[in-house]
Amino acid sequence: MDDKTVASAIANAVQQPKSGAPTPKGQHRRGGWLRQLLVPLLAIITALILGALVIAFTDESVFQAFGGGFGRGVGQAFSVIGRAYGAFFSGAFGNPVRIISALISGQGAQIRRAIYPLMETLRISTPYIFAGLAVALGFQGGVFNIGAEGQYFIAGLVTVFVGYAIKGLPAIVHLPLALLAGVVGGGLWGAIPGYLKAKTGAHEVINTIMLNYIAFRLAEFMLDANGLMARGDGRPVSPEIQPSAYLPQFFPNQVELRVNVGFFLALAAAALVWWLLYKTTLGYEIRTVGANPRAARYAGMSVARTIVITMALSGALAGLSASTDILGVLHYMPNAFSSGYGFDAIALALLGKSHPFGVVLASLLFGALRAGAQNMQGIAQVPVDLTSIVQGLIIVFIAAPEIIRKLYRLRQPVEGEELVTVRGWGGA
Amino acid sequence: MTLIKTSAKAQRRARTLGVVLLVSALAILLLFVPGANAGQTTTFAFNETRSEAFAIPELAFPTRAGLYLMAALTAFAGAYQLARGFTRQGAVLGIVAGLFVLAFLTWAARGQSMNLTGMMKSSLLRAIPIILAALSGVMCERCGIVNIGIEGMMLSGAFLAALIGSVANNVWVGLIGAMLGGALMAALLAVLAIKYRVNQIVAGTAINILATGLTSYFSSRYLQKYEVLNTPPTFLPIPLPGLSRIPIIGPALFNHTVPVYLTLVLVIAIQLMLFYTRWGLRTRAVGEHPRAADTLGVNVFLTRYVNVLLGGCVAGLGGAYLVLSSVARFDELMTAGKGYIGLAAMIFGKWNPVGAFGSSLMFGFADSLQTRLAILAVPIPSQFLLMAPYLLTMVVLAGVVGRSRGPAAGGQPYEKE
Repeated sequence: MDDKTVASAIANAVQQPKSGAPTPKGQHRRGGWLRQLLVPLLAIITALILGALVIAFTDESVFQAFGGGFGRGVGQAFSVIGRAYGAFFSGAFGNPVRIISALISGQGAQIRRAIYPLMETLRISTPYIFAGLAVALGFQGGVFNIGAEGQYFIAGLVTVFVGYAIKGLPAIVHLPLALLAGVVGGGLWGAIPGYLKAKTGAHEVINTIMLNYIAFRLAEFMLDANGLMARGDGRPVSPEIQPSAYLPQFFPNQVELRVNVGFFLALAAAALVWWLLYKTTLGYEIRTVGANPRAARYAGMSVARTIVITMALSGALAGLSASTDILGVLHYMPNAFSSGYGFDAIALALLGKSHPFGVVLASLLFGALRAGAQNMQGIAQVPVDLTSIVQGLIIVFIAAPEIIRKLYRLRQPVEGEELVTVRGWGGA
Repeated sequence: MTLIKTSAKAQRRARTLGVVLLVSALAILLLFVPGANAGQTTTFAFNETRSEAFAIPELAFPTRAGLYLMAALTAFAGAYQLARGFTRQGAVLGIVAGLFVLAFLTWAARGQSMNLTGMMKSSLLRAIPIILAALSGVMCERCGIVNIGIEGMMLSGAFLAALIGSVANNVWVGLIGAMLGGALMAALLAVLAIKYRVNQIVAGTAINILATGLTSYFSSRYLQKYEVLNTPPTFLPIPLPGLSRIPIIGPALFNHTVPVYLTLVLVIAIQLMLFYTRWGLRTRAVGEHPRAADTLGVNVFLTRYVNVLLGGCVAGLGGAYLVLSSVARFDELMTAGKGYIGLAAMIFGKWNPVGAFGSSLMFGFADSLQTRLAILAVPIPSQFLLMAPYLLTMVVLAGVVGRSRGPAAGGQPYEKE
């Protein structure tokens, strides 16, 4: 018996009620993919329906129509919702008719305009995938990384510094170096709460929140109009990075299509995280520590070491969301901007059930939500904040699947399907 | 064996404290003394207005001599701690921390005058929303529900305070509206955490996102469009007769608006209720060991529901303070992370209302110090001052100087067998 099977045997033997160790393959697949996707899909649909109700009930024309009769009111409500969500979907995915006719016509300008929304969705999804993976990896390892926001700031600072301060390097060296800087910066910032949790038992949730504020102030200090990393022309932004550090664009000649190679990096990162979690010894240790630290300890794993590594990897992934944003889209770092990725990432990890591929799907959805909401505000005058409402509702429904099951009269799940995400303050 | 281990740990901690004290004495000597010229004096003023019963003279002293005195006191405390050991280490640490801050102020105000009473007052005012957030956290966590959604509860409290206060054109109605707003979000947390046994941190996060979305959405739909909906009346400061005329602390503590007094009363009330009433005993029992409490006939679910709802009301008050006591309107995301800072203050204060009050004051002090130093043109970037409380929280949480531990059953859903 090698170490792995011993560990697995112990992990299963010491399994506590409600917090199962990583389940063996066969058991997990019972019910198939569709069943796995059913609750998240219904959660999304329910949240969108509630969002539609919010739109309808906050529209004055709907109330006026109701004054003229119930049927008129309902009709007006549907037309308002239809206009808003129509704008939403065309902002997120583009107008399919226009895309097809543009493709048939073969004119470059038309195609570009038609696929712009879709490409914008992919661009916005890119940092989401990284940040979502960061939180998901943490969940798998039993740590709750609320610090993606802070890791984003630190990684951004380091990346942009490497990007503008080092000159004369060929792109083949400079770009990887700048990305690596983000990985290291985010990783170290993430490792701090990991180390503190492993060594002192201090809960990572509080420490990552504290580190978020520290990182935010640090960035503010560095990028202040007179800061160490300011451009020097009185504006609170960093200098432009060297073109040799740019992430290549998909469409190098079309600046308005901002989607870049970062998207593929994000997909690669998802694959890598999947491989790490499910195909390597380290991944097995991470999942075992996450599911049942006591079992992991009995199996001879170093829980402390695993926690530090999990947090460092999580921080590194969060860092990459900043690096790809800066190297691929912004090309500089502005002061005092709140990315909002840190909290959205939690929603992503939950929605994706902490599985790397699930996170990618969830990120595409959130990218679409953000891109669509912009259009919805522009065309239908529905505030972008509707996305936050929808996102919050999605989290509620995903976290409490019982609500969805009751609502749609679904069967109770097989025991052990529930994923442990995080424990209370006490820590392991 | 565990006994020996803990005593060794305690010894190490005592030694660490001694070293920390000595290092702070050294820091005073190395950081502050060289900056002060031989002839400079520091002046601390105590009269904010002319309303005191009698004026306290300004305190002027040579900067260097003052700094040497403070360094000597700190060093003495450190040496005594290493040689004999204090019995009340927390108090000693507090006093020395105060000395260090005083040394810092002495240095910052060298050759100038600084109004300490004004400083106390602005620290308190900046701390009020943090205190309320921390109290809300204490209420929830003492019964075993981790509340990370304080931010969201404050935000909805602030929103409803502005909306209902404007519509009714009455501050008191606005105040009730704010409590309602906080309680609504708290009800969601309670149902998710108690009934559906959702992970409490996840539920709190959902509440924060949801509250951000709802308040921002309705604000841009209605409050920004119709100004009448966003012009609530505000509380006016009411000087307490007699008390407000006490020198130094009078203007700092007893010339405030109703929400401020309410906060101070709540700190004491919750402290007393938690530790001296049946309700408090039950709450703490449910937070520490729900099963045992249940066996003894305490209704775990009811206790948790009640506490979380009350906690939501308190958080809502925090939002109300922002709207009804300072800016007189609701702005999107106006809580600006105060709910999270309150969480830190709660931990810093060891899940204790009075402790949470003290640590919130520290956050408030750092905030107000930062603006004062800008006026005095002190060459310390304000960002670093603002960072300090967060760093300190991490240090405390890591147990370097005294450990902070939450209720044992915090975050665990309870299931009846």
